[in-house]
Amino acid sequence: MNAAPPTLRAIEEAWRRVQLARHPQRPRTLDLVARIFEEFVELHGDRGFRDDPAMVGGPALLDGRPVMVIGHQKGTDTDSNIFRNFGSPHPEGFRKAQRLLRLAEKLGMPVVTLLDTAGAFPGPAAEERGQAEAIAASIKQMTSLDVPIVVVIVGEGGSGGALAIGVGDEVLALENAVYSVISPEGCASILWRAPEKAPEAAAAMRMTAADQLELGVIDGIIREPDGGAQEDHDATAKAIREALLAAFGRVTRLDEEALLATRYARLRSIGVVNETAVEALQPAEEATLRRRLGRLLRLPGVPRRPRWSDVWPSGDDTNDNEGGA
Amino acid sequence: MRIKFPLGRRDAPTDAWTKCPTCESQIFNKQLERNARVCPTCGHHFRMSVGERLDLLVDEGSFVERDAGLTSGDPLGFHDQQAYPDRLEASHIKTGLREAAIWGTAKLEGRAVAIGLFDFRFMGGSMGSVVGEKVARCFEGALAERIPAIVVAASGGARMQEGTLSLLQLAKTTAPLARMDVAGIPFISVLTDPTTGGVLASFASLGDVIVAEPGALIGFAGARVASGTVGEEMPEGFQRSEFLFEHGFVDLVVPRAELRATLGRLLRVLPVAAADATWPEAGERAWGPIGVLSGIAERLGGAVSETIGIDVEEEGANGAGPQASPASTAPREPVRPVEERDR
Repeated sequence: MNAAPPTLRAIEEAWRRVQLARHPQRPRTLDLVARIFEEFVELHGDRGFRDDPAMVGGPALLDGRPVMVIGHQKGTDTDSNIFRNFGSPHPEGFRKAQRLLRLAEKLGMPVVTLLDTAGAFPGPAAEERGQAEAIAASIKQMTSLDVPIVVVIVGEGGSGGALAIGVGDEVLALENAVYSVISPEGCASILWRAPEKAPEAAAAMRMTAADQLELGVIDGIIREPDGGAQEDHDATAKAIREALLAAFGRVTRLDEEALLATRYARLRSIGVVNETAVEALQPAEEATLRRRLGRLLRLPGVPRRPRWSDVWPSGDDTNDNEGGA
Repeated sequence: MRIKFPLGRRDAPTDAWTKCPTCESQIFNKQLERNARVCPTCGHHFRMSVGERLDLLVDEGSFVERDAGLTSGDPLGFHDQQAYPDRLEASHIKTGLREAAIWGTAKLEGRAVAIGLFDFRFMGGSMGSVVGEKVARCFEGALAERIPAIVVAASGGARMQEGTLSLLQLAKTTAPLARMDVAGIPFISVLTDPTTGGVLASFASLGDVIVAEPGALIGFAGARVASGTVGEEMPEGFQRSEFLFEHGFVDLVVPRAELRATLGRLLRVLPVAAADATWPEAGERAWGPIGVLSGIAERLGGAVSETIGIDVEEEGANGAGPQASPASTAPREPVRPVEERDR
């Protein structure tokens, strides 16, 4: 594929999806949970610091069978959004999720996660309490959790904060959901040094559900009602419920060992890697007798032994951080 | 900050002096190199290339690079102000590296390790599919050979140019760590300036032991990401090694001059668990000579089955975890008979 700037059409289309995924009337996790599951009991607290309202979860029944439900929770108006921190969890949110995952494992309950966050909160308080560790530990726990996990991206799948509860045996996305390594605004502010280039960044990162399916990051797309999920919460929930039942029909067929092996293989295979056989580099040296003896006797004029820094030396130490998120 | 080396591959040796960004003193480049790129006046730790890092840490002649032929594709056809393949090429020319990380087997103070190293100058040390693959293979190599893993991180985070494929590298690099937990293989994470974003939010935060260099920038959200996302400026000095140490997310802050010795000591005190991964009964954990002897006998029996796995080269062949240091009396110490194959 030729690298070329995204076309105007691609930019418009990507940005339209981003705005639908962020639509203020889009059904939130708890709206969906009430419609998809029965007897949901929300559990609170990470048992260490506090209850994070940006992350919700607890046991429920799906078609009569117990499951553990975990999801990001955005608000619906200014007040509830402030309470929910706009759906961006602090470390204690991820640690609450970890605690619920442990309970699911203990009781052998399959797990459903609903992703809808712009990203983990990047503020000073979050840093102080180990945001990176909290995300890393959640991801690791999910890679080896011995119960089936089905993930549904229902709105924004924003970076590490989304992936922290986004590792599963099947990953599905609503039609207008988006999934990205960094928010389009964040990407634009780093690569274009201009946050207003967010639509261009959204197109370049190929963050729509259709793109994600093509890249092999997700396994299926759940159709939304005409115009988007905000038009009909009931119909959206019904579509998710049907997709969940079908997905569990597939993944619960595997025994525990096969389940974990398949999940591992799936994660290991993601990405595009070209592999060619090349000679591994070595610091070059003609180990002549003169040099060997010279070094042994510390004679002057004998060149020092070649080092790895000759192969990979320091050069310009410019501060261009053009790739990291 | 611009540093040029007379010994580098650049044809025209220009600047012989480097200005320290912390104390502003002028350092003669040769002196900086001799001092492992640490400012002799104030102790500021300059960034290192993977080559300098190898010279600093591993036993001479012991490092064998693995999977050197892995290179990135351009799965998204990514183009911002520059095309992704052009950025890759520019980094390759600048550093001589094919990607932002390398891995291989080496010895560190005589002990075999699987070691991965990041180079920040290659696209900010960012982790895309290939870097993720190398880190995962480093851990899987440690698993197969039953040797400890060390990764020296220096990264801005996940590589935006590969989109969610980069994001998923967080899971790809983390999954083998869960297997190492079961297998009883230690992982030492070394955080250097800077380690941020997706690299910190995955394997780098999950070391059994986490060591950081002094003054390194270590944090989840880079300042630009944070201010771009929440419009909030980070307080100065907030994401430094010492701050993480204070808050309990780093075990040790170790000056570069002591890094190799510290890692050597950690490798001596962190055993690779016995291959059957069962904790011995209390009665079997004898600390006397009989316990040691039966331990050796067990190892002899298990040695053959343990050396299968990936194609083992000589340097990496002995899966030795901590061998007996003279003073050690630990009963479960994995003494390896195959070790004699090494010179």
